[in-house]
Amino acid sequence: MQQSDTISAIATAQGEGGIGIIRISGEKAIEVADTVFRAASGRKLADYETQRAVFGHIVDADEETVDEAMVLLMRAPHSYTKEDVVELQCHGGVMPLRKTLSLTWQAGARPAERGEFTKRAFLNGRLDLMQAQAVMDVISAKTKKSLKMASGHLSGHFSAGIKAMRHEILGMIAHLEAAIDFPEDEVDDVVTDDVERNVVEVRNKIRKLLKTANTGRILRDGLMTAIVGKPNVGKSSLLNALLREERAIVTDIPGTTRDSIEEYANIGGVPLRIIDTAGIRATDDVVEQIGVDKARAYVDKASLVLALFDGSREFMEEDEEILSLIEGKEALVLLNKTDLNEVLSVEMLAERTKAPVIAISTVTEHGLDELAAAITKKVYDSGLADSDEGGFVNDERQVEILRRTDEHLAAALRTIGAGMGLDFISIDLRSAWEKLGELTGETVGEDIINEIFSKFCIGK
Amino acid sequence: MDKNIFTAGSYDVIVVGAGHAGVEAALAAARIGCQTLLATLSMDNIAMMPCNPSVGGPAKGHLVRELDALGGEMGVNADKTCIQFRMLNTGKGPAVHALRAQADKKLYQYTMKETCEKTENLDVKQILIDKLLVEDGVVKGVQVETGEIYTGKAVIMATGTYLKGRIIIGEHTYTGGPNGQRAAMKFSDSLQAAGVKLMRFKTGTPARVDARTLDYDKMEIQPGDEECRNFSFMSDTVTREQTPCWLTYTNEETHKILRDNMHRAPMANGIIEGIGPRYCPSIETKILRFPDKQRHQLFLEPEGLHTNEVYVQGMSTSMPMDVQLEFLHTIPGLEHAKVMRAGYAIEYDCIDPTQLKPTLEFKAIKGFFSAGQANGTSGYEEAAAQGIIAGINAAMFVKGEESLVLKRSDAYIGVLIDDLVTKGTSEPYRIMTSRAEYRLLLRQDNADARLTPLGRRVGLVQDDRWERFTQKQGAIKEAMEYLRKNSINPTQEIKEKLSAAGIEPIRNATSFYELLRRPEVDYAKLQSVFDLPELADEVRQQVEISITYEGYIQKQLEQVEHMEKLEEKLLPEDIDYSQVPSLRDEGREKLAKIRPRSVGQASRISGVSPADISVLLVWLEQQRRLGR
Repeated sequence: MQQSDTISAIATAQGEGGIGIIRISGEKAIEVADTVFRAASGRKLADYETQRAVFGHIVDADEETVDEAMVLLMRAPHSYTKEDVVELQCHGGVMPLRKTLSLTWQAGARPAERGEFTKRAFLNGRLDLMQAQAVMDVISAKTKKSLKMASGHLSGHFSAGIKAMRHEILGMIAHLEAAIDFPEDEVDDVVTDDVERNVVEVRNKIRKLLKTANTGRILRDGLMTAIVGKPNVGKSSLLNALLREERAIVTDIPGTTRDSIEEYANIGGVPLRIIDTAGIRATDDVVEQIGVDKARAYVDKASLVLALFDGSREFMEEDEEILSLIEGKEALVLLNKTDLNEVLSVEMLAERTKAPVIAISTVTEHGLDELAAAITKKVYDSGLADSDEGGFVNDERQVEILRRTDEHLAAALRTIGAGMGLDFISIDLRSAWEKLGELTGETVGEDIINEIFSKFCIGK
Repeated sequence: MDKNIFTAGSYDVIVVGAGHAGVEAALAAARIGCQTLLATLSMDNIAMMPCNPSVGGPAKGHLVRELDALGGEMGVNADKTCIQFRMLNTGKGPAVHALRAQADKKLYQYTMKETCEKTENLDVKQILIDKLLVEDGVVKGVQVETGEIYTGKAVIMATGTYLKGRIIIGEHTYTGGPNGQRAAMKFSDSLQAAGVKLMRFKTGTPARVDARTLDYDKMEIQPGDEECRNFSFMSDTVTREQTPCWLTYTNEETHKILRDNMHRAPMANGIIEGIGPRYCPSIETKILRFPDKQRHQLFLEPEGLHTNEVYVQGMSTSMPMDVQLEFLHTIPGLEHAKVMRAGYAIEYDCIDPTQLKPTLEFKAIKGFFSAGQANGTSGYEEAAAQGIIAGINAAMFVKGEESLVLKRSDAYIGVLIDDLVTKGTSEPYRIMTSRAEYRLLLRQDNADARLTPLGRRVGLVQDDRWERFTQKQGAIKEAMEYLRKNSINPTQEIKEKLSAAGIEPIRNATSFYELLRRPEVDYAKLQSVFDLPELADEVRQQVEISITYEGYIQKQLEQVEHMEKLEEKLLPEDIDYSQVPSLRDEGREKLAKIRPRSVGQASRISGVSPADISVLLVWLEQQRRLGR
C-alpha cells in the first residue's frame, strides 16, 4: 500500500529562524534516520522508546558531520501521520538542511509530495477534512495574518461557525420530521413563516461567509501584483522598498522543486505576490525595454496593479498607454519621485484616472505607509474589514459547498412559497444540512432522530 | 427422572413464536411450499396485540402496505378486522400520507388464527420450546419442554418479549409474558450456548379502563375518516362502520401525584434494568424529561366491539397500583374510571441484531433466522415486516434459491433491516419516515409497484393479485402516454375552457402532461373541460403524483443511483480486516464485527469514518489490480 512507503521533506519554511526540521514518515522512517544520524549516546534510534528527543549529529556516507541535530522519535500511531515518524531538527541553516534532506533520500526515503504528510494523517483518521486542509494552509501561510486565519480553521473556529449553522438547520428539520412522524402527538404546529425566517437567517450567514471568500483566498495565496510603468520610473526601487519590509518572506515552496523564486512582500499583513521580480531587477541598470506588450501581460495576470509615474517628468504617450492598460483593473496609481522637482502633480494624474493616486518617493520612503493602507483597504473592502480572521472562507472547495448549500436553502424557500407539503421542505433542508456537513466531514447519522426525541415529548 | 427425549417430526422450516413476526414468517414459508411448523405458547393468543389496538401510522402504515405487496397477511387481516381507519398527514406531502387503523383485537387474532390453520403445509402447535439444536454451526431443530424434538432445515426465532420475560408493576414483579402468559425461561440459555449475544430490553403498556365508567362529555371525540380505505391491494371493502376514539389530557394534579411518587417508580428504584424506547416513554418518564410541559395528551381507544376494555394511549406506566388508580382519577373523563387491567412494564431478552445478515439469518449459525421484537424492535408492523423477510429467506435457504434482500431505496422494510443489521440498536427500534433517505420514492401509494414483482419472484404473489397488479400498471402506463401525446393549442376556445376550469392560460401548444405539472392543475380539473379518458382512482393518483412531483422524484432517483455505486462494490465474505492497512482501530473493529456486504453498507456503520471508507476503496482497487 502507498501509505507505508517512507517519505521525507523539509517541514519548516526555509529562511526563517534558526531551526530547520526534516520530517520522515513511513515504515522505514527509523531505519532511514539511523543511517544519517549518530546519537551522542552511541545508541541506535531503533533502541529508543517512542516520544523521545535524542541529541547527536547528522553524518554523510563518509561519516563526516554535516550538522548538529536534535531528533524526535514518534512511533506509530503516536505521530502526526499515525505512522513511524522521525523529525530531525537541524541548526545549521539552509545548505546543511538541504544536504541532510538529500541524505535521507539516499538512505531510502523518497521526496514527499506536497501535502502528503497531511494526506496520510487524513487517510489514517488523524484529521477531519477541514483540519487537514487547515494544516495545509498553516504550512503555506504567508504572513501572520494568514497564519491566524489558518489556525482559526485548525482550532475549529470556522468549523464551530459551520456547526452552529448546521445545528440551526437540524432544529428545523427535527421539528418538521416530528410533525410528520408523530402527527397525533403534541408537536407544535410547524409555522412555515418561522421556517422561512430561519432559512433566510442562515442564508444571510452563508452569504456573509461567501463574501469573505475572496479575502480568504488572498490571505492564503497572496495577492498577484504587477508593477508597471515606463522605463526609469523606479519600478525596481519600489520593489526593493516593498521587499525591505521587515517581515518579508523570501521562500520557495517546501517539498517541491522550482526554478524561479517567488517573492512575497508583506504589506500591512497582506502577502503581495509580485510578478516577475527577476525581470524587474534585470532591467535595473540597463536602459531597458519593458515594452508595453510585456506590461499588458503583467496586468492581465495581476489582481492588483501598481502603476508608477514619474513626477519629475512630463506626462508622455507611454504614460497614457499605461493608464489605458489599468482601466477597469484593481489599481493604484503611484506618483513617484516627490523628492524631486514637481513637473507632474497628483491632481493632474487624478484627472486622467479613476484609480486612487498616491504620491510616493522610493528614495525618502515618503508615502509608503499610505500605499500600504491603500492596499489593505482594497483587500478588506471586499466585505469584511471588521470580520474576525478565523471566519474566512479560503478555498474553492469550501466556496463551492457553501454555494450549493445556499442553493438548497433557496429551494426550500421556493417550496414554502409554492405551498408544498412539509415533506418537501424537509427534503430541501436535509440536502442543505448534508451538504454543509461535507465541510466538517461529519457523517449523517442518528442526529435527526436524536434531535426529535430530545426536543419533543412523543409517544404512546 | 429425566424426561423422554424423542424425535416427533421433521419440517423444512420451524417458526418459534406466533406473534406478528411468527405468523408472517410461517405463512410465507408455507405458501412458498415449505413444510412448516408454527410453535406457540398458547393457541388462544396467535397474533395477539398485547399493547395498543392500532395498526399503521407514519412509516408503520408504509410497512403494512409493503408487506401486503410482497404477499403478507397483516394488511388483509387488518382490513377484515379494524373498526376505525384514518389517513394521517394528508396535508404534508404524498410520501408521508399514512393509513392508521384501530383493530378489534380479538377479531384480529382469531381471524389470523383461522388463516394460519387453513394454510396448506402449515402445522400450528401449542408447545414451549426449551432448546435450539445446533451442530457445527448448522441449525438442526428445536426441543420442546416435554421432550419432543422437531428437526428442521431452517429455524426462525420470533420470540417477542417472552424470553425470560419479567412483569413489573411498582414493587411487584413476576416472571411471565404479556397478559398473564407464560414466559420461555430456557430458550435464551441455549442461544447463549450457541454463541448468540443477548441484550435486555424493556417496554410497557398502560392500564385498560371500563368503557361504562368513562365520562365522554369531558373528552373530545375523534372519529374515523368518512372515506373508506384499505391497507391491502386485494381488499375491496367499500363501507365500514367506524368507532370513534376519545381525546383528553393530564394536568398539574396528575403530574404532582407522579412526582410525589417518583421514588416508587421501578426505573428510579432500580427494579427495571432493561433499556426502554424513547418514542414510547412511560408517563413517569415524560414527566421527568419534560418537566415544563403542563399537560400530556391521552387517547382512549376501544379494544374491540365485544368488550368494554378501553386502552389509555399515552399513559404507559409501571407505577405501583395505588399510584396508577390515583393519577388516572385526576384526568377529565376518567374521574370514576374502573381499571380492568393494570399498566405494567416488561423486561425480556432479545438478540443483538448486528449478528444477522440482511437476510435475517445469523452470520454464525447456518439456517437459523431471527425476526421481530426478538431482534430489538418494537411494534407489530416492524415485527411483521421482518417476519415475512425471514420466512421468505428461510424458504429460499431450504430450496437453495437466491435470498431476498430489500435495499434502502426499495422499501421501508429495507431501511428497517439495514438499520438493524448495520447499526444495531440500543433501545427497542421503531421505524420512522425520517429514517428513510429516499422517502419520496417509498410512498405507501406505490408499495405495490415497488414490491409486487419481488413477491411474485419468490412465489408469494398468486395469480389473482398478479393479474390485478399488471392491469393497474398497464393502465398507468397507458394514461401517461395519452397525456404526453395529446396537447392543446392556444385557441380562443381552449382559452375559454381553461379559464372556466380555473387554469392559467397557455401560450404555445401544450401537452396535458405539461399542464399537470403545474401546481394548480389536477386531473379532475382538466377532465371538467376536456374530453379525457376515465381513470380509476388509484391510477389517477399515480399519474398525478408522478407528474406533479417529477422534479423531486428525479432528484431522489439520482441520489439512489449515486449510492448504488457504493452498494454494488461488494466486500468479499472472507475479508480479513486485520490485513487491510491504515484502517483506524475503531473502524477495523466495527467492520470485523458487522462484516458488511458492500462498501455502501460499511459507510453506514457508526464508528466507520469516511477515511476508513477511502482506505477500503483504495484497498479494493489494489486487490482488483492484483487480480484477486
